[in-house]
Amino acid sequence: MADGQVVKRAKFKSSVKDPGVPGVLTMTREKCVFKPSDPSSAAKLNIEFKSIKGHKFTKEGSNKHALLNLTQDQGGNYIFEFNSFPDRDVCREFVATAIASSVEAGRTGSERSAVPLHNEQLSTAEMERRIKLLQEDSELQKLHKQFVIGDILSETEFWATRMKLLDDKASRKPKQRVGLKSDMIFNVKPSSDGQSNRVTFNLTPEIIHQIFAEKPAVRQAYLNFVPSKMTEKDFWTKYWRAEYLHSTKNIVAAAAEAAEDEELAVFLKQDDILVNEARRKIRRVDPTLDMEADEGDDYTHLPDHGLPRDGSKDVMDSQYEQYRRSFLQDLNRHAAVVLEGRAIDVELGDTRSVAEALARSKQVELANEASDGNANQERLDRISRMAEIEDLQAPRDHPVAPLSIKDPRDYFDSQQANALKTFGDTLAGTKQMTSDLSTSEAYGSLRESISEIKAVGLRAPIVKPEVALKVLNGLNQNISSTKYQIGKNAHESVLDRLPKITRDELLLHWTSIQELLKHFWSSYPITTTYLYTKVGKLKDAMSKIYPKLRDLKESQSDFRHQVSLLVQPMLQALDAAFAHYDADLQKRSAKSGERPNGFV
Amino acid sequence: MKFQIEDVTVYFPYDHIYPEQHAYMVELKRALDAKGHCLLEMPTGTGKTIALLSLITSYALSKPSSLVKLLYCTRTVHEMEKTLAELKLLHRYQRLHLGDAARTLALGLSSRKNLCINPAVVSAENRDSVDAGCRKLTASWVRALAVENPNIPTCRFYEDYEKAASDAVLPPGVYTLQDLRAFGKEKEWCPYFLARHMVQFANVVVYSYQYLLDPKVAGIISKEMQRESVVVFDEAHNIDNVCIEALSVSVRRQTLEGATRNLNKMTQEIQRFKNTDAGRLRAEYNRLVDGLAQRGNLPIGDTWLSNPVLPDDILKQAVPGHIRKAESFVSLLRRLVQYLKGRLETENVEKEGPVAFVGSINAQVGIDQKTLRFCYDRLHSLMLTLEITDTDEFLHIQTICDFATLVGTYTRGFSIIIEPFDERMPHIPDPVLQLSCHDASLAIKPVFERFQSVVITSGTLSPIDLYPRLLNFNPVVSRSFTMSLTRDCICPMVLTRGSDQLPVSTKFDLRSDPGVERNYGRLLLEMVSVVPDGIVCFFVSYSYMDGIVNSWNETGILKEIMQHKLVFIETQDVVETTLALDNYRKACDCGRGAVFFSVARGKVAEGIDFDRHYGRLVIMFGVPFQYTLSRILLARLEYLLETFQIKEGDFLTFDALRQAAQCVGRVIRSKADYGMMIFADKRYSRHDKRSKLPGWILSHLRDAHLNLSTDMAVHIAREFLRKMAQPYDKTGGSGKKTLLSQEDLEKVGNGSLGEMLF
Repeated sequence: MADGQVVKRAKFKSSVKDPGVPGVLTMTREKCVFKPSDPSSAAKLNIEFKSIKGHKFTKEGSNKHALLNLTQDQGGNYIFEFNSFPDRDVCREFVATAIASSVEAGRTGSERSAVPLHNEQLSTAEMERRIKLLQEDSELQKLHKQFVIGDILSETEFWATRMKLLDDKASRKPKQRVGLKSDMIFNVKPSSDGQSNRVTFNLTPEIIHQIFAEKPAVRQAYLNFVPSKMTEKDFWTKYWRAEYLHSTKNIVAAAAEAAEDEELAVFLKQDDILVNEARRKIRRVDPTLDMEADEGDDYTHLPDHGLPRDGSKDVMDSQYEQYRRSFLQDLNRHAAVVLEGRAIDVELGDTRSVAEALARSKQVELANEASDGNANQERLDRISRMAEIEDLQAPRDHPVAPLSIKDPRDYFDSQQANALKTFGDTLAGTKQMTSDLSTSEAYGSLRESISEIKAVGLRAPIVKPEVALKVLNGLNQNISSTKYQIGKNAHESVLDRLPKITRDELLLHWTSIQELLKHFWSSYPITTTYLYTKVGKLKDAMSKIYPKLRDLKESQSDFRHQVSLLVQPMLQALDAAFAHYDADLQKRSAKSGERPNGFV
Repeated sequence: MKFQIEDVTVYFPYDHIYPEQHAYMVELKRALDAKGHCLLEMPTGTGKTIALLSLITSYALSKPSSLVKLLYCTRTVHEMEKTLAELKLLHRYQRLHLGDAARTLALGLSSRKNLCINPAVVSAENRDSVDAGCRKLTASWVRALAVENPNIPTCRFYEDYEKAASDAVLPPGVYTLQDLRAFGKEKEWCPYFLARHMVQFANVVVYSYQYLLDPKVAGIISKEMQRESVVVFDEAHNIDNVCIEALSVSVRRQTLEGATRNLNKMTQEIQRFKNTDAGRLRAEYNRLVDGLAQRGNLPIGDTWLSNPVLPDDILKQAVPGHIRKAESFVSLLRRLVQYLKGRLETENVEKEGPVAFVGSINAQVGIDQKTLRFCYDRLHSLMLTLEITDTDEFLHIQTICDFATLVGTYTRGFSIIIEPFDERMPHIPDPVLQLSCHDASLAIKPVFERFQSVVITSGTLSPIDLYPRLLNFNPVVSRSFTMSLTRDCICPMVLTRGSDQLPVSTKFDLRSDPGVERNYGRLLLEMVSVVPDGIVCFFVSYSYMDGIVNSWNETGILKEIMQHKLVFIETQDVVETTLALDNYRKACDCGRGAVFFSVARGKVAEGIDFDRHYGRLVIMFGVPFQYTLSRILLARLEYLLETFQIKEGDFLTFDALRQAAQCVGRVIRSKADYGMMIFADKRYSRHDKRSKLPGWILSHLRDAHLNLSTDMAVHIAREFLRKMAQPYDKTGGSGKKTLLSQEDLEKVGNGSLGEMLF
């Protein structure tokens, strides 16, 4: 599969009812080929993915066939039956990718397929991820089209600078983990047909999961009883019967029923697991909340002392005590479980595996708690923090959170205050660098660096990081200052006021220049021929954009000023790059003069 | 910061101070100087506790020769922990500035249940079992036996503590209960006995009200305190109720049956001792001749909870001759139990004063008042002699003796009420004999007499002139402070109608009206969708809450509420409620948002703060009146009218409104905090009800907010929340200063500061 090919045994069917022709299905990135095992059969297929519009498949289930249905552009479809669901799923995924990529290819035009995948073999997963990224981000797609397909950058080079993007996407779960529902869904009313005394409860896997999570005793009972003692259906019938008894609030009746039926009693009695858990948790509770400690200190609540209060009236015979359960308790329990979140990663389908997974996660939790010594200290810190009155105090240092910039434009805006401060000297700095070099100084530094290179070799980057940083900063600040000064409110950037065509053009140029510059500067120092040609290509591409920018700057009449403000830094950046290129070229030729057998 | 109030240098652990905190300290200082009691009302959310702690400790530091010691009483253990946390902060600051001169010992004190570290003992269910479990291991006779027989278990922590003898001391510092336990574990000393021992050397002791008010506890814990000590009752708006509860006892059939069992057991024990160790009983007899005061010499592990309502001279008197002998005392108790059984048989409600009751006892079973008065102590002496360690089994007979002593001691301020069944369930016979105290001043009187300065303070003491009457004392300073706010960060509203313009109320006739229940539900539903983070709801009683939550569940309102926020509920099970609160906080911390349903007069309303994001809105559903048909309440109202000329209606409204104010006051903790309060009942719009609210709420209750319907309230809430989200100048900017720095204080000087404030 690593070479972008899947081979599986399957049957080809003309319709769902058809018994099918057994054979081998081979899928590559462009097409899928079906070869029947019986070579004489006519059911040989060769389908280009380009012609496939979509695919359908059967849900996993015990008595269903593992089917995959490819729908063709012109109508008509191909049905394959696989031996097993995992087999089918592999193919399904491959088909999905392939279709996506062929759709993509169709959109970007035919050149898409012309992209040479020369110097690397991509796994399908990798490929899929890249395609997905391109589909999600139209800007990226534009860049990709412009440079990779325009043969300025290779596919690898293009992605190399975006490794992080790829990694990030890969490490993140494909879908967000869904929490539990806030509703008490298991608190369902039974539906009744209105004629007989029968009531019907509908259980979904979601409901079962919630019941198991909130009532560990039921979970435990399920693991103990099903299927050895009773069937799943009997189990749930008993459960609902117990729930019904609770809802009548007739404790005496519940106790009587429980005395007769041992299994039913499990549901009716208090949940021992919960009680233990509560006892365990209460020890780690914040002492400024701990009302249980209060009970232990309160001498007026000795039995028969003090005045009877509201609620303390209903003393209950102790034999019934364990059957008492209130709706309020259920509410608290439910909210606590929802707050904990979904602790398991099991598909909600198989009841038993859900129950087991929940039981396991509880054990893990227990083990964690036992080993967690810091919690105590944390709690103490928290209390002392809570004790402080916030506004009498100088603001505390908040723990540092890593900066995550979603929209760079907003970021630049907020950076404006700093930027304005340093803006002056940065400009002055760059000026000095470019203009104040006399010939002798230039010659001196050149000699110096040559001798340095002789001594140390070509290790240090030729462009000093500070200089590169300055260039970058100047670039950023220029853009943001414009926006800051002209855009009146935070949401309206200066760009919004330009005509749409100009804006799009500007943005396109800006992103492509960024991309090019990134590659340009990262290729220095030039150590190989490959880099040399790359830089050349980049430079050509940039010099193609340069006049366009200048035209843009000249052409606008109404927004001339704004546009020139925006374009200026781009031009500057390009100028800097060209200057560097030329300087490097000069140095190189000088060097090659000295050392004819050096680098090219 | 550090500043002068007259001759005292006050160390305050923050960079800034609220003007009202400063004014509060000035008043407090004057009361201490005058060596008198004081009554101070300051709104919640202005840092009362830290102001109190910092002034009193600074006062003690500035007068090292004086014996000023702080006894800080909180209502609950968790408030104790909060106070100690603030004290830690203060102590750290004082150490920083004064070095070793600021060495103080401050500790929290609680029961064995909260302090014990012996795993075998502390795992017991409730407090009484822990007490008994401890006694089984530490009683002097058990330890004496253990010396001879190593198979008898003892508590190694207690043994180690005893072995260390006078070396067992706590180094200076601030100790919460947890710190005490940790220290005990480290040294292997029993933290409970260590703390009890250290109380007499500590500079600050934080414990619950009962340790001073409840006669059963106060004698043993608080007897060594000097007269110069300053006693503070924080959050004292309910102090009258605590006082009367401390002196009230009720007797049921089960109590009497249990007492009979206890007496049988005792008779057996007496017989056993007679056969084996007659000398022991004789020794007790002799000790009783000398008087009960002898008890002070008993080893610390054996002391029982003594009864300070008995005047000192009685303690020194000989115990009346006819109960000195064990058998005769037991038979006297049998007669008493028999008499009480007879009284419970009644078919009608009976109400009597203590004098008449004692007279009837004397006439029928021949026990006079003086003998009754000695019952409590005589019983404990006997239990010691009989070497009874499982004290939790003997609670019933202890209750009877409590009752006897109280009846024998007080002649007024009490009534005995016998009810054959509960008013609300007349078909179930459940006879109960209640001795209920009506006069709060009785329990607190010894405190006022023993200590030089008693400070009673809370966020709601309105009307402030009522408390001196209820508690019968003369404060030298009695003052109510308002709150200077930087911005209008509290927003009280009175909601009288639902969206359909029908009135809402928990009045008896409207209470179960489905329309009212629905309107309350819609109100909450609208609010959960508008207000971020935490919302707290208070209901008038558990039964009402239970009813309305069930009805919301049936009508689907609850489901809709749950789509916005998680729902947590206070139940009568404290463990569950504590966990629910913990989860509620977690839900608010993580941004999920939650609603907490609670009950006015319940445990949560008593001392849990819902400050900052833990409570952006409180809704008080209804007016939390007491159950007005209760005979005990009626008897108390009658007594109040007779003795203090306080009208029934006034007292009931006062009581309900202070509870309501207390509930809603829990949302604000500082001036930077903000919160809304909704009083959802049409009765709040009436002037006679509303005017009983504390001044700091009234001053923010605008006329336009007095008669709102749900949709208007939602609109106001939206506006308010938007306004609060804006940045603002914390120091108050122009005009009044609401936050003072050290320079401000120095510049203005003490004199003119008060004027600047008001």
